[in-house]
Amino acid sequence: MDMNAYLSMFIDESNDHLQALNENLLQLEGAPEDLSIVQSIFRSAHTLKGMSATMGYEDLASLTHEMENVLDLVRNSKLKMDSFIFDTLFKGLDALEAMVQDIVGGGTGKADVTAIVAVLQSIFKGDYKSNAVAAPVASAAAVAPAVNKPAAKGLLDEFQTSILQQSIESGHLAYHITVSINEDCVLKAARAYMVFDLLERTGEIVKSDPSVQDLEQEKFDRSFVVFTISKFAQDELQQQITSISEIETATVTLLDAESLQMLHVAEAPRAQEAAPAETKDESTTDSAKKEAANQIGSARSQTAASSAPAAVSRTIRVDIDRLDTLMNLFSEMLIDRVRLEQLASEIKRSDLTETVEHMARVSSDLQNIVLKLRMVPVDTVFNRFPRMIRDLAKSLDKKIDLVITGADTELDRTVIDEIGDPLVHLLRNSVDHGIETIDKRIAAGKPETGTIHLRAFHSGNNVFIEVEEDGNGINRDRVLQTAIKNGVVTEAQAKALSNDEIHMLIFAAGFSTADKISDISGRGVGLDVVRSKITSLGGNVSVESALGKGTKFSVQLPLTLSIISAMLIKLGSEKYAIPLSSIVETAIIKREQVLEVHGNKMIEFRNSVIPLISLSRVLESPDYDERDEVETEIVVIRKGDKWAAITVDEFIGQSEIVLKSLGKYLTNIEAVSGATILGDGQVALIIDPNALIK
Amino acid sequence: MGEELKVIVFGLAHEEYGIEVDKVRTIERLSPITRVPKTPSFIKGVINLRGIVVPVIDLRGRFGLGETEPTENSRIIVVAAGELEVGFIVDAANDVIDIDTDTIDSPPEIVGGIKAKYLRGIARLGDSRLLIMLNLSEVLNKNEIIQLEQLEV
Repeated sequence: MDMNAYLSMFIDESNDHLQALNENLLQLEGAPEDLSIVQSIFRSAHTLKGMSATMGYEDLASLTHEMENVLDLVRNSKLKMDSFIFDTLFKGLDALEAMVQDIVGGGTGKADVTAIVAVLQSIFKGDYKSNAVAAPVASAAAVAPAVNKPAAKGLLDEFQTSILQQSIESGHLAYHITVSINEDCVLKAARAYMVFDLLERTGEIVKSDPSVQDLEQEKFDRSFVVFTISKFAQDELQQQITSISEIETATVTLLDAESLQMLHVAEAPRAQEAAPAETKDESTTDSAKKEAANQIGSARSQTAASSAPAAVSRTIRVDIDRLDTLMNLFSEMLIDRVRLEQLASEIKRSDLTETVEHMARVSSDLQNIVLKLRMVPVDTVFNRFPRMIRDLAKSLDKKIDLVITGADTELDRTVIDEIGDPLVHLLRNSVDHGIETIDKRIAAGKPETGTIHLRAFHSGNNVFIEVEEDGNGINRDRVLQTAIKNGVVTEAQAKALSNDEIHMLIFAAGFSTADKISDISGRGVGLDVVRSKITSLGGNVSVESALGKGTKFSVQLPLTLSIISAMLIKLGSEKYAIPLSSIVETAIIKREQVLEVHGNKMIEFRNSVIPLISLSRVLESPDYDERDEVETEIVVIRKGDKWAAITVDEFIGQSEIVLKSLGKYLTNIEAVSGATILGDGQVALIIDPNALIK
Repeated sequence: MGEELKVIVFGLAHEEYGIEVDKVRTIERLSPITRVPKTPSFIKGVINLRGIVVPVIDLRGRFGLGETEPTENSRIIVVAAGELEVGFIVDAANDVIDIDTDTIDSPPEIVGGIKAKYLRGIARLGDSRLLIMLNLSEVLNKNEIIQLEQLEV
């Protein structure tokens, strides 16, 4: 079987199942009595086992098998979950994840899992409490070097076993035959039929896997398994089968009473060696075995995708590069569209104008779709956090609930790829520095379990992600002390700082107030990295904190990094774009409305006094000065909750613009965040309103 | 006999200069340039080069040769060095020639008012014609720009 074709499917699905296992185990930890969760965990583990056995990843399969055994006991209320079992299962999951990662990286997925397997087996046997963990290693080792048969096929039920048993006892020869057909064989069903024909002429077929019907309809891959009673000797039978054309190999194994017993008890032939070590409850194995049979069947029908149209999902996977190319091409078209609109308005021919308007509508629909194609729910980043928080809390001896809301909020793929690390930093920070230890919490009269809220939501052209905890808050004085000690601010500066400004100091480079360095955070790198990462994405991070009540980190991110809505303005002969997302409104003011406060120009706007910034002076405009004018157009912009008005010469209008970088040669231009190409082919600079508000 | 080197020849204040052909992306007529504020005066701004925003610098200004108004012959030579892509405004771009690397001598201290470190060497073309080869990475060296800015302040 050509494994490569199925490998990516296997990897995707294993990752899904591992994620599901992780989530469900966490849920179960919260509600250990809920057997319905155990059921779904069991199903995921089961599917995973089936898939990895089919793909030939035996270590993966054997570990999953052991985990499944334990879960099976829990499912049947024969075992009660406790924290030891949870920890072992989580460890097992980690090992599984590591193996899948190895497979992703092109490895063989092999790993030494004997230790975990041994612990799982001791749990299974119920003797883990007496700490007799070391004993069953031998049987685990026996499972690992599994047989080289293509997959675990050929399971017998009670009835079939007894037929074989009786025929062996009456002196007939019973065989287990694995037949595989040439890869390029066109009529697999016909070849299978020829094998059956031969076997039926010389004896009797007890069971085949897949079933005869499936074989006739070619619903099998390249090999199948037959249990047969025959009068031929072993090598004679083998020779007869291989002499049928296009049969690649036929492995004929003679069955005796003992091996038959094993086949019956163990749920797959590869467990033959391990079987003597296992003395299982008959009824549990039976049900497990049947499910395994179903499972293997379904796993195989998934791999042989063409034969199962129902399993084909309605999504396709697309290379991200192609989406990027699509995006770039669309950007080019958008520039031409603006150009066309301009030409049409100059030419003033109604049918041309109509066509251009129609094209504009189509292209804005297209723009929505192109942008949506690149949108990914933040859940893809959030889903690993519950587990992380659990482990962190355990290692720090704290009790923490992570509450996630808005995981379906969508963000541009490019942003998603980058925000994982900063969020990990913020969450670790909350667990380590934010939430207090249980004793302290009780002493402060808080519930002993701390809560971390992780929220994501849309607002305008931005997505906000908040990390809020009910911990002890930021200690203003200690932050100041450290900041002064580390030379982040001078004492004189410190006096002038507001509370919010002091809280922002924790984002400064080389700042850490942790009294002791832990391996979770507190090395003084972290928050400044978080901030620089988020600013490089065009976002913003801020912090609110109340001592003793908790801290809230708020991360503001742009929805997309490629196309934005902007207001185009004129400054003399020059044109600039201001992102619409930071514009509050536009207005016209008269010269006498401008107030002077401490030499700074301010205006009264909506009942508050806000600074008036001269854009022409910030940008050193060569041919415009608003001081010559009696009436000036202003744009009111905001950064967080700070507002400011900037003076402009003239409004041109609103437009969708494509963000372009200024290139590597021009970096860090003050108050300019990038450039865009206008309809007339000219370059206009994009103003960074965040840089204008200090 | 050394290796053959294909160079683009351009004129700048009565001198002839050369840039290796493989460093040159394209040669364009002057198009409208968008000024970028708060940059050294020799950085003229940015242009739209078929959808890509490219910064343009005036080589005369860069070398301190005294800037002049652009003429009909002025060209923008877009060069690529490493990750940088930059356009040079030159007085004229007239020729592509092959030169022998053996004919390139190391430059004297100052050539036509330009410091030697911006130059790769001087190639002799026939008896009376000299071609000044530019050292692109030095011309585009940003550290020096920062120093320049500090001097201006």
